Amino acid sequence: MVETFACSFKATEIDARRGVVSVVQRLKDMGIADTRVDEVQIALAEAVNNVVEHAYAESATGDVLIRCNLHPDRLWVEIRDAGAPFPDAKLPEGKPAHVDPNMPLDDLPEGGFGWFLIRELASDIQYQRNTDNNQLSLCFEIQLTQ
Amino acid sequence: MSLTSTEAGGAQVVTVNAQRIDAAMAIQFKEDMRTETEAGPERVILDLSHVDFIDSSGLGAIVAAMKQLGKERKLDLAGLTPMVDKVFRLTRMDTVFNLYDTLQDALDPEHAAN
Repeated sequence: MVETFACSFKATEIDARRGVVSVVQRLKDMGIADTRVDEVQIALAEAVNNVVEHAYAESATGDVLIRCNLHPDRLWVEIRDAGAPFPDAKLPEGKPAHVDPNMPLDDLPEGGFGWFLIRELASDIQYQRNTDNNQLSLCFEIQLTQ
Repeated sequence: MSLTSTEAGGAQVVTVNAQRIDAAMAIQFKEDMRTETEAGPERVILDLSHVDFIDSSGLGAIVAAMKQLGKERKLDLAGLTPMVDKVFRLTRMDTVFNLYDTLQDALDPEHAAN
């Protein structure tokens, strides 16, 4: 059996926060362990931040639609937006920004971690560009606690 | 203001009074840190015990806050909750900052080691 829910919100930083928090609560209510939901939250927040910052950067701010499909052993989280496609219609590689305790203070990266975190935490990632929207799906292995 | 500040053990302790340092909060956090730490002791301890979520924007803002302090001062982090700790470790930022489980450990590192 697959349990499904969806929600949508405007692609602003503050609405994105409320949207992510509400999805997180629903996932906990469905019986997914808190530590696993934490990892889903980190990846989901980065994906939604990218929509807010990049997909709608050049156009009027639209909506973000999140749909969660919970299977017995995995969770698929689909994030849709009607903004611009990824450059070259490809997902960023997500190479980790270089961090080294011996590097000069001013060289420490202040960004460039978003896609690295998504790729690190999701077990599968699918992206498709539809006629007028982006559809990004993140998969997480799940063991239900109840 | 998202921050409050006190002095303890010769260090400035800055407490983050927010549950999330996320994209909606990062710029304000960075500006508030600039105001709070404009002058003061060499060592600044950021108490993150009320923060239960941080994203890459928030992480970047903490790195920026350390840069703002300059080379003569340092920023240590205390009270990392599990999700905050996870983001620091995944990005290897745990190798750049001194991390302490609690504010008490940060103020008394010898005690923490025993």
